Amino acid sequence: MGSGPGGLQLSYSLSRLGIDHAVLSDDPAPGGMFRRWPVFQRMLSWTKPFTGVQRTAREYERYDWNSLIPDDDAHRAIMPGLMDGTSYFPSRPEMQKGLEAFAERTGIRVRYDCHWESTRQDKGHHDFVLTTSDGEYRAPVVVFAVGVAQPYWPPIPGLDEVAHYGDCRSVESYKDHRVFIVGKQNSGFEIATGLLPWARQLVLASPSATKLSVNTRTLVGVRARYVQPYEDAALTGGVIILDTTIEEVRRDGAGFVVRTRNATDGRELPMVADDVIAATGFIAPLGDLPALGVATFGQSRLPAQTPFWESATVPGIFFAGTITQGAGGLKKHGIPSNSGAVQGYRYNARVLARHLAESRFDVRIPRPQLEAAETVRYLLNELSHGPELWQQRSYLARVVHLDRDRGISDEGILPLAHFIDSGGPDAVAVALESNGQGDPYPAVYLRKNGLVGEHLLPPHPLIDFTGTDYQRQLGEILDPVLSPSPSPA
Amino acid sequence: MAVRDDVVNTIAAFSLFADLTGPQLEQVAHLFDEAFFGEGERIMRQGVSGSGFYIILEGSAAVRVNGVDRSALKAGDYFGEISCLLGEVPVADIVAATPLRCLLLPASQLEGFLTAHPKVMYRLLQGEARKLKNTTKWLS
Repeated sequence: MGSGPGGLQLSYSLSRLGIDHAVLSDDPAPGGMFRRWPVFQRMLSWTKPFTGVQRTAREYERYDWNSLIPDDDAHRAIMPGLMDGTSYFPSRPEMQKGLEAFAERTGIRVRYDCHWESTRQDKGHHDFVLTTSDGEYRAPVVVFAVGVAQPYWPPIPGLDEVAHYGDCRSVESYKDHRVFIVGKQNSGFEIATGLLPWARQLVLASPSATKLSVNTRTLVGVRARYVQPYEDAALTGGVIILDTTIEEVRRDGAGFVVRTRNATDGRELPMVADDVIAATGFIAPLGDLPALGVATFGQSRLPAQTPFWESATVPGIFFAGTITQGAGGLKKHGIPSNSGAVQGYRYNARVLARHLAESRFDVRIPRPQLEAAETVRYLLNELSHGPELWQQRSYLARVVHLDRDRGISDEGILPLAHFIDSGGPDAVAVALESNGQGDPYPAVYLRKNGLVGEHLLPPHPLIDFTGTDYQRQLGEILDPVLSPSPSPA
Repeated sequence: MAVRDDVVNTIAAFSLFADLTGPQLEQVAHLFDEAFFGEGERIMRQGVSGSGFYIILEGSAAVRVNGVDRSALKAGDYFGEISCLLGEVPVADIVAATPLRCLLLPASQLEGFLTAHPKVMYRLLQGEARKLKNTTKWLS
């Protein structure tokens, strides 16, 4: 269900594995929320046109956060060819065009304008039945890639009367207005950035302090593109940033009075505004799934998920797209995965397609065999250039089984949490990790006799882990499993 | 029920936050992330770095050392503070015994949070003292 990037990627990957499926979408064409948002028309994810890496190479995906990922080179890197070169952040129409081009060139078939109305599970054979505006669809597995784009208003008295992020008017209509923005995350700062040349006063308020991505060194926090209002406030240019709770929004003549309270000293500060905008986030539009038993959590009401993006409470219901941020993984150092963004969840979709093919449809995907002598170099090359590891740090891992009798096999990309927690034969998983401070560094998880040990390698200033130092260190870690067992004397 | 309100109301009843005002509780609800774990899922892993400070909102969890359950945790209990404070890997697994909802603060933010909220730090110290007392009693 859904024809945004998540639904399109999953459909592509399922088709490549020969899995019969139907894609239904409420929308009239591909693109999901990028058919409407962001409001100010440019993405937060970049596509670098010139990198020194061939665009047709898999390694290029590290620099191209916006293209969907094909298995063959012919359909790779669609986005840079569609962008006009004025910015390395594609415009919203360019993003939409890129998704449409991928769907068309790879032959993805979607039943558009098909509204999902309700869901039930057949007691007899456990199939799910989706009732839609085009009739009933029945399947043993259903995947919801419906985005997290339903506006959310927190329970603040009077706030439900004000416009939400998506209801912003044209910028000219805010000319010389005092604008109060509830929320200090990217959507709030995006609006503030757009209104800087128009509004007389901009106030951004929420209880906790603003984080900046350049400080967290992750996607957590306000992205650099939207930092200008922050600088304006720091240099006292007229933007006001408040760490306060919002107690009430009250209409006052043609405008509003917003009652704020400082969380630290409890001091109340009323603010007069001509416009109030709720940049207070979005929730997942899950329809009747919670009534079916799908547990949700957090402000975005994300469905709780297993490491393979299956509902933690209703087996058979899976998720794809930005909603997969509900499968938190290890969240090491508090850093979330990039599953909320295209560059992260496109890989989740490919891993999910393989998982569904093998676990539900009896497809056995061949595992390439590796020689013992090349395993160390192969893993270090993946750590240095593998886009899955780059985009989904501490979340997706390259897994290699190390079986003395059956040989060394490349198991592909798997969720790291699944590898660590599931048990299994002797194996190694490598992931790239960040701790929010320095450069990323390789993490090696060696499973031997069912127990997993963690080994962290040092960072490299050029983020290149292929050198002899790394070969020696990884060789020593793998040695107890890779070296032949001593023959009985 | 509105989600944030639900978190604020839940943590208002926890002894760790007993001294905080309404706006401070709301700030906590904003500062901490929320996480959900299915039954049997591991929240913290013995010997694996990078874990954080967790407070249980709903559900229960087992403290498991070398595969053996040593104690149980319930709503209002917290864990992970020792590895956060010492900068060391956890010495136990924490496993969801039921579906589990938690608040999570990364280790790097714990010092800032506690020094900004000395009353919470004092309550946390009381909790640690209680754990130490119980361990001493058990050992003797």
